Amino acid sequence: MEPIIHINKLNLYYEQFQALKSICLDIPEKAITAFIGPSGCGKSTLLRTLNRMNDMIPGTRIEGSVQIGGKEIYSDDVEVEVLRKQVGMVFQQPNPFPKSIYDNVAYGPRLHGVKNKAQLDQIVEQSLRQAVLWDEVKDFLKRSALSLSGGQQQRLCIARAIAVQPDILLMDEATSALDPISTLKIEELVQELKARYTIVMVTHNMHQAARISDRTVFFLNGEIVESDDTRTLFSTPQDARTEDYISGRFG
Amino acid sequence: MIQRREFDQNLEELRQLLREMGEHVERALRESITSLQSLDVNKAKGVIAQDLKLNEMEEEVMDIGSRLIVTQQPVAKDLRRIIVAFKISSDLERMGDLAVDIAKVTLRLEGQTLLKPLIDIPKMAELVELMVEESLQSYLDENTDLAYKMAKDDDEVDHLYSQMISELYSIVVHHPDSMQQVMLLTLVGRYIERIADHATNIGESAVYLVTGHRPDLNQ
Repeated sequence: MEPIIHINKLNLYYEQFQALKSICLDIPEKAITAFIGPSGCGKSTLLRTLNRMNDMIPGTRIEGSVQIGGKEIYSDDVEVEVLRKQVGMVFQQPNPFPKSIYDNVAYGPRLHGVKNKAQLDQIVEQSLRQAVLWDEVKDFLKRSALSLSGGQQQRLCIARAIAVQPDILLMDEATSALDPISTLKIEELVQELKARYTIVMVTHNMHQAARISDRTVFFLNGEIVESDDTRTLFSTPQDARTEDYISGRFG
Repeated sequence: MIQRREFDQNLEELRQLLREMGEHVERALRESITSLQSLDVNKAKGVIAQDLKLNEMEEEVMDIGSRLIVTQQPVAKDLRRIIVAFKISSDLERMGDLAVDIAKVTLRLEGQTLLKPLIDIPKMAELVELMVEESLQSYLDENTDLAYKMAKDDDEVDHLYSQMISELYSIVVHHPDSMQQVMLLTLVGRYIERIADHATNIGESAVYLVTGHRPDLNQ
């Protein structure tokens, strides 16, 4: 698998606090990569670095290199809006806009200049189908997105993220607020989406990482302890700290 | 997240059960051989009766292990500890059955006299008993060196076995009427040799537990 994301010697500071320490990591294309580690280990910080969400936090300073598709995303000529179209994000809490189901999905394409009704209809249907939500909502697309269940809302957020045809989908604990059945649906969905998108997910649920990811990266205190094929990492981890963490000895 | 303390206690319970099963097998093997040497039918019956306990312990290992998988969803070495416990308990249970088979030979020979005092069979059994002990110890101490050392003894067992077969063959040539006893003693040799193979399996399990890779010690 070819790496689509190439991170080299990345340091990130919040004021004086160093949250990421010399991160080097290649993330393969069209695969699911899971970040695991105890709270405060830097996994979400690194995820947010990939679409420059950290830019919004005052006092953040970054050194090193993050390349996506061979392009340095922290260089001056990168437009953050364009980057975020390429690198979509789904958050822990489903956060649909207080608009209709249709308008939620059409929001991104409209923002990027799609005005044609037929074309928008097609994007909305296709995105909802890919997010395995179409059959449940096709008859009331004008209804408020807030009327959907939590699991449906999260799939709507995924549909909204893929409506702008990103290359990469970041998921920050995207199932931790959901019940087990909705979680399972999202997990199945993510497995299907990897045929089209590169998925990077942060999860507190180690078994979720073991179930659905292709590669797993274990973080501790702002550093990568181990990064490997998921089966290997969960069967024969090389570092004792990884073994301790996945076996529940700390964290 | 695994509730570590209770989980560790349960894993320790599994270890202790396997230790007990190992001691049981060593004793069963020893007593089946002494029952054969002296054609002591009561002792042989004791070995057969005791086997029930070994079967129960195997079931207990299966119960604890499957409960831990369901409730704790262990990974990495924790998962291997349970997989290995399943495998070792089933090896030990089979070893117990083979000791019972030896005891049954004693029952079949009731009222007869042995053609000659047994030499190679007790020698083999003694060596195999040591293999059983060492294989279990390699698992309990997670000592892969001991597992490899133990597996080497299997060559000597095989050597004694073929020596025994040649000897019994020459006996049957000169005393065709001893056919039944010779066949039964050949089977005993085979049973002991099979127990050694199971000990080697336990050594392999010990290596798998420690390294995550399956060696072939049975070459």
